[in-house]
Amino acid sequence: MLGYLVRRLVQSVLILLGVSFITFVLLYVLPADPVRQIAGRSATAQTVENIRQQLGLDQPMLVQYWRYLSGLVQGDMGRSYLQKTEVSTLIAARLPASLLLMAAGIFCELLIGLTLGVIAAIFRGRSLDQGLMVTSFVAVSAPQFVVGLLLLYVFAVQLGWFPIGGYGTAAHLVLPAVTLGIMGSGWYSRMMRSSMVDVLRQDYIRTARAKGLTRRRILLRHALPNAILPIIAMIGIDIGIFMGGIVVVESVFGWPGIGQLAWQAIQRVDIPIIMGVTMVSATAIVLGNLLADLVTPLIDPRIKLR
Amino acid sequence: MSGALPSVTALREAARPLLSVRDLTVSVRDRGVTRPLVENLSFDLHPGETLAIAGESGSGKSITSLALMGLLPHNVSVTSGQALLDGVDLPSLPEPDMRRLRGSKVAMIFQEPMTSLNPVHTIGSQMIEAMRAHEPVSRGAARAAGIAALRRVRISEPEQRMRQYPHELSGGMRQRVMIAMALAMNPALLIADEPTTALDVTVQREVLELLRELQDSTETAVILITHDMGVVAEYADRAVVMKAGRMVESGAVADLFASPGQDYTRALLAAVPRLGDGAARGKPRPPATRAPVARLVDAQVHFDIGANVFGRPTHRVHAVEGVSFDIRPGETFGLVGESGCGKSTLAKALVGLVPHRGHIEVAGHALAGLTTQGKRDICRDVQMVFQDPMAALDPRMTVGDAVAEPLLIHQVCPALERQARAAELFRRVGLMPDQMTRYPHEFSGGQRQRICVARALALQPKLIICDESVSALDVSVQAQVLALLDELQRDMTMSYLFISHDMAVVENVADRLAVMYLGQIVEMGTRDQVFGNPQHPYTRRLLEAVPVPDPAGKGRTYARSKGEVPSPIRAIGDAPQRMPLRDIGHGHLVA
Repeated sequence: MLGYLVRRLVQSVLILLGVSFITFVLLYVLPADPVRQIAGRSATAQTVENIRQQLGLDQPMLVQYWRYLSGLVQGDMGRSYLQKTEVSTLIAARLPASLLLMAAGIFCELLIGLTLGVIAAIFRGRSLDQGLMVTSFVAVSAPQFVVGLLLLYVFAVQLGWFPIGGYGTAAHLVLPAVTLGIMGSGWYSRMMRSSMVDVLRQDYIRTARAKGLTRRRILLRHALPNAILPIIAMIGIDIGIFMGGIVVVESVFGWPGIGQLAWQAIQRVDIPIIMGVTMVSATAIVLGNLLADLVTPLIDPRIKLR
Repeated sequence: MSGALPSVTALREAARPLLSVRDLTVSVRDRGVTRPLVENLSFDLHPGETLAIAGESGSGKSITSLALMGLLPHNVSVTSGQALLDGVDLPSLPEPDMRRLRGSKVAMIFQEPMTSLNPVHTIGSQMIEAMRAHEPVSRGAARAAGIAALRRVRISEPEQRMRQYPHELSGGMRQRVMIAMALAMNPALLIADEPTTALDVTVQREVLELLRELQDSTETAVILITHDMGVVAEYADRAVVMKAGRMVESGAVADLFASPGQDYTRALLAAVPRLGDGAARGKPRPPATRAPVARLVDAQVHFDIGANVFGRPTHRVHAVEGVSFDIRPGETFGLVGESGCGKSTLAKALVGLVPHRGHIEVAGHALAGLTTQGKRDICRDVQMVFQDPMAALDPRMTVGDAVAEPLLIHQVCPALERQARAAELFRRVGLMPDQMTRYPHEFSGGQRQRICVARALALQPKLIICDESVSALDVSVQAQVLALLDELQRDMTMSYLFISHDMAVVENVADRLAVMYLGQIVEMGTRDQVFGNPQHPYTRRLLEAVPVPDPAGKGRTYARSKGEVPSPIRAIGDAPQRMPLRDIGHGHLVA
């Protein structure tokens, strides 16, 4: 178990190293020039060159990467080109809001997705099942900014149940979390349905019925734990997709998280912030996957971590 | 006749039956069309009696049991007739009432012990919930009752087993857990649906003996659903023979076997392979003097498993451990043994599918060190026919293409000739060439296996490995496929390596055979030597365990085995002891 954990953590570090390199290269070959952004249109060639030297952007790419990496291992993520603040400070200030949104989003997505999936599986082949599956298809296909604006219009503008945007109370959280969760809930309801349908066909479900257990007990105790096993691994992978969604949703709702930070940084080619947010997201994804793999053996005794 | 004591059976006939099935019809509803699966089935069952429902696949025997349990799939229902259990009509019982009967008054055990227990719950929790579903007993009391139930089915260390998960137990143990669970509530009726079909023959014997003992002490009535006439003969009092959803005939087992009243029953009984039939068939083929088609000298197959901190394996599966034998041209060499003995691994090694050590040669070519091309060429000489023909055929390829594919891969003949050759092969195995454009799912199990045989024949191999090739087939179909294999061998002088767990089948087809146990051969010789004069205790135990389709053999006693078969998994460096074979005369080798 300890050996497994050590091996996985070493792997994780290697993955993050790879992510950092690829992102760095991609940002380097980008046609947008950060120095032009900082200096502004009216700057002289001399000013531009000074800024470039100041930031070390005149160095070869590998040297730049090496500098960044040696900073990173010491916990220094660099300074924002435009805000003149430590990237780590910027991210630290905004990370809690994003984590809160993410947790709420995942909660929404699992609550809606798994419940509907189980219901669809129980009524498989009937009109309720078909209706739910069409709905889930719509949920998967709808772009998040459309869903977000639609929810804002109906529940905030028309009905006035929730604030239009911002951050602070639980009421602020509801619409962004639901927007974030809806797409995933479509996925999860479909996956949960097929997993559940598969499990309900298994011999041990027939055994449970032959024992005279109640329907409720068969579903909750015998079917659900088995059906949820393949879903857990998916949740780990899903965190990556979530990070993409967070950028959109935070912009739509004016949520002060790292998604919005990233969005602004991309527009201004503020490379240290983009790198920083990417590394934080990648770490979240890697840890999420590790966590999912660690949880699985708690439910399935057949899986041993070695 | 007032002086004679009435027989037990007669007394039971007089008493009120426990279960009375009258004109039971079960139908499936498919796209608005209702089609009967079981029609007008009637029988009685008395307390303490064992009734066998025998029949081949599709006879409706399993549907009958599910109908009695109220566990029919949602598109299948009882459309007419009654099944009165103590006067209560089961099919018309509302689901909540039926649920209360299930597991308490009527219990059931199933064919697949490996998948019938929930993998994520312990044995204990699954036993406890079965009891608590029916009686308001405390968890502790249910636990104690569960341990007692496990002890009754002779499971060692029941307290520890309660804490284990299903995957930690062998198939035989799991089936005993299922029995313990089914009998924990002392049901009046136990339905056993092919309870031992998935088990090894020695384990089958133990499980059936156990069922009989438990039944004797509890007066539970048993419906034993089986395709195996040997099991019917040895364990049932009366039998119902079914075919295509209808009852063909019913009666006391002794009468049924002695004088079957219907042609179908007669044909069914005639198709059952019996030990001794092979010997009666005549002398085995004389040993050929030509070079063997396959030769194994000290063949070994090991798989390394586990990993220590440095990623090195910690244990080794000794799947095949020093096996030596020849397969001569034109003979059938049988390989018997129970699951996990290494017989299928040996077959894979023979066609180069798993790496081996030692020497294996096929048609004069050593397998070791062959290039990819060389390995492909070996396939011209050795082909395989597997157990499950449905899984062995690509569902999206027409069967004609499947049979012609080996010709294509090996560039045997021009494209135009290929179809003609495939058509010839179809005729050869008793199928029509105009069926070649169809897909596997359009055929029956027996036809599919014929297609697999045709595919194996395509390259005119010297050796065909039949790995449990007839095990999944109904006895009547099995007899036909065996006859086909025999006929092909006569015409084309091929050799067969016939791998099977079924001693009776092997006795019927093999010229020579080897008995495998834990990766090693424990006995080898001609059919007459091994079956006529079995020397090794394991061979004897295997032979004794085979159910005999003759009710006269009822009540024989069997030595109980001492615990579980040891594992072929051993720590690295701890190689198993080799059991040297010695010749006890005329090439009869015994460990």
